[in-house]
Amino acid sequence: MITANGFPATRRPVLCHKVLRRKVLQGAGLIALFGLGDLPFGAALAAASDKYPEDAFKQKRDADAIKTLYGTSAETSDKVKLDAPEIAENGAVVPVSVSTTLDNVTSIAFFVSENPNALAAHYKIPAGTLPNVANRLKMAKTCNVIAIVESGGKLYSATKEVKVTVGGCGG
Amino acid sequence: MASTIRVRATSNGDITEVQALVQHPMDSGFVKDAKGEIIPPHFIQQLTFEYDGKAVFVADWGAAVSKDPYVKFSFKGGKKGDDLKIGWVDNKGATDTTTAKIQ
Repeated sequence: MITANGFPATRRPVLCHKVLRRKVLQGAGLIALFGLGDLPFGAALAAASDKYPEDAFKQKRDADAIKTLYGTSAETSDKVKLDAPEIAENGAVVPVSVSTTLDNVTSIAFFVSENPNALAAHYKIPAGTLPNVANRLKMAKTCNVIAIVESGGKLYSATKEVKVTVGGCGG
Repeated sequence: MASTIRVRATSNGDITEVQALVQHPMDSGFVKDAKGEIIPPHFIQQLTFEYDGKAVFVADWGAAVSKDPYVKFSFKGGKKGDDLKIGWVDNKGATDTTTAKIQ
């Protein structure tokens, strides 16, 4: 099995994604230097960044992830309703949902502040789709869940602390 | 092989509510197995719902989405008996697609 980066999947390093990306890019550059540049490396990377916000998913802190994803920061709004349990017994499955009364919503994103990578999920909401999303997230430990709603080019957020009894990251 | 995607789409005339459950390990890359070796990351990156040739919902997922992920959303329109196309792609390039009838 070969990944989008052209590495065999089983040998893909797991930690420190940023370094990995740099290495991949360096690798691609080296291959180009050695005259094998006709491999579809660049094309695959460009296509991936157009669609899937890979960099934002690699950010460790929530503020950095929000900035990478949207390029701006969010303001708290009571029009964003975040529904999450007070206490989650199992951090591996935490039901989280968001709804909003804001108009022209184009995307909704979920962040878990203390996870190794803060961004958990990002949903594109085309016109005609209602701004309500429910999903289930993993949480490493007790921390804030942040929902961000992008409406008319602005960001609105809601935050809720969820107490986690058993973390979802240690297996 | 049976599809990994289970979808239930119900229309009340104006709004179609969609619930989807996908079978996928969603390994984060931070968990160790019984031998103490890290299980490499393996998770769905993108899940797309298409109705009438248009994307009605696109999910970009990281490794923090739970195993066998579940998602629920609604969209305006959608007639009973029409097709809803669902497909996902994971970080290893694997994909699966299915079509569900709106009920």
